[in-house]
Amino acid sequence: MTPAICVRGLEKAFSHVQALRGVDLEVGQGEFFALLGPNGAGKTTLISILAGLARSTAGSAEVMGFDVVRHYREARRNLGVVPQELVFDPFFTVRETLVFQAGYFGLRRDDAWIDELLSRLGLVDKADTNMRRLSGGMKRRVLVAQALVHRPPVIVLDEPTAGVDVELRQSLWAFIRQLNTQGHTVLLTTHYLEEAETLCQRVAMLKEGRIVALDSTANLLTGGKDLESVFLHIMQEGRA
Amino acid sequence: MIGFCTLFKKEILRFWKVLLQTVAAPILTAFLYLLIFSHVLEAHVQVYANVGYTAFLMPGLVMMSLMQNAFANTSSSLIQSKITGNIVFVLLPPLSYTEFFLAYILAALLRGLLIGAGVLAVGLLFTDLEIRHPLWVWIFACLSGGVFACVGMMAGIWADKFDHLAGIQNFAIMPLTFLSGVFYSIHSLPVFWQQVSHLNPVFYMIDGFRYGFFGVSDISPWQGLGVVVPTALVCAAWSLWMLRSGYKLRH
Repeated sequence: MTPAICVRGLEKAFSHVQALRGVDLEVGQGEFFALLGPNGAGKTTLISILAGLARSTAGSAEVMGFDVVRHYREARRNLGVVPQELVFDPFFTVRETLVFQAGYFGLRRDDAWIDELLSRLGLVDKADTNMRRLSGGMKRRVLVAQALVHRPPVIVLDEPTAGVDVELRQSLWAFIRQLNTQGHTVLLTTHYLEEAETLCQRVAMLKEGRIVALDSTANLLTGGKDLESVFLHIMQEGRA
Repeated sequence: MIGFCTLFKKEILRFWKVLLQTVAAPILTAFLYLLIFSHVLEAHVQVYANVGYTAFLMPGLVMMSLMQNAFANTSSSLIQSKITGNIVFVLLPPLSYTEFFLAYILAALLRGLLIGAGVLAVGLLFTDLEIRHPLWVWIFACLSGGVFACVGMMAGIWADKFDHLAGIQNFAIMPLTFLSGVFYSIHSLPVFWQQVSHLNPVFYMIDGFRYGFFGVSDISPWQGLGVVVPTALVCAAWSLWMLRSGYKLRH
């Protein structure tokens, strides 16, 4: 089966920083996969390359078998990204935001699906509210809805629960878990390692642009350790 | 096609939702120009035979408003999206760079034409104006609006902060439009400044547009078209190259 995400020898150099140094990674269809690493490890750069927001210096990246540069239209249709920053367009309401986002993906207006997204993310009573008037948590929910509005088989969540209250975190994970059960592939980056431990079947750890660990969550946790101590141990290896 | 239409519609709605600022204010500014200049100069200045100063001024003001607002639309939309970060919403979808280009440029052109029509309507309160060659009016209005929409797109992509954009607006766009013959015929200038004016592409835009109204102008509209068309092609090609390469948009 074609992997949902396939990355080969991926490198990315910014003017003074080598953000990725030959990353190889495959995420299978239907997996709930965690990409972990400290700040500056290259997680967001990797996601940006998959999403077409950044261009790699070397190597290749594919989403559902489509190269993100040569077949960017198909690759992007198959990918939904929840960005890390809390961004919004202050000119529009929640519903307008979602209708536009679906349209950018070439989809005709589908109010039934938008209503379902609004309902599942607890945004029904905010549908006609301007984005400016929403709280941070509500804006985060809209970002999730925007990433899902074109029904992508692969969902990338870049630190989706940063600064989010417990209630939203719980309802968000329940929804994402349900999507995963329905067959969606989920790639998650987070600093809350207990979330990755609970939700993800496999984990990759990035350090200074390289993958330093890649295994099933069960294998990483052998010996009764939790993911946080495994993570700290791996990140500290090679220091001193 | 749906992607392009959606982005085009969104760009129109973006300025439509703040109509007072984006459409009504420029029309009011042009009205004030007309009010003052027609009062002060109507009885003292005649540029072309049988054409009063207010009538002479009108096409220039229409074009100035049209061009400045076409520039403002693309540039402000892009810089706002870049600075607030919501540019990702149009970078993540499978929109081609030509769809992106056309949606932004056509929406900016539409705003420019809307304001141009508004200024013209207001101007008719001051003077009668006959359009002798409507085709020239349309050609120069659309080409010039397109050029300024492209320049706005390039500026919006290049600028990292609002100050950069203000620099281009105040130190390039304003002088080029004010010194293009909006308020005067270049024949009233000393020879040296006449020659300098010929280096300004905006002069050809205003002059050709004015020809459409009066059937007279400082130079032939064909000569003007010979400058404006290549200018439009260069600006469009440059904007498209910026989008295609991902310059300052896709890192």
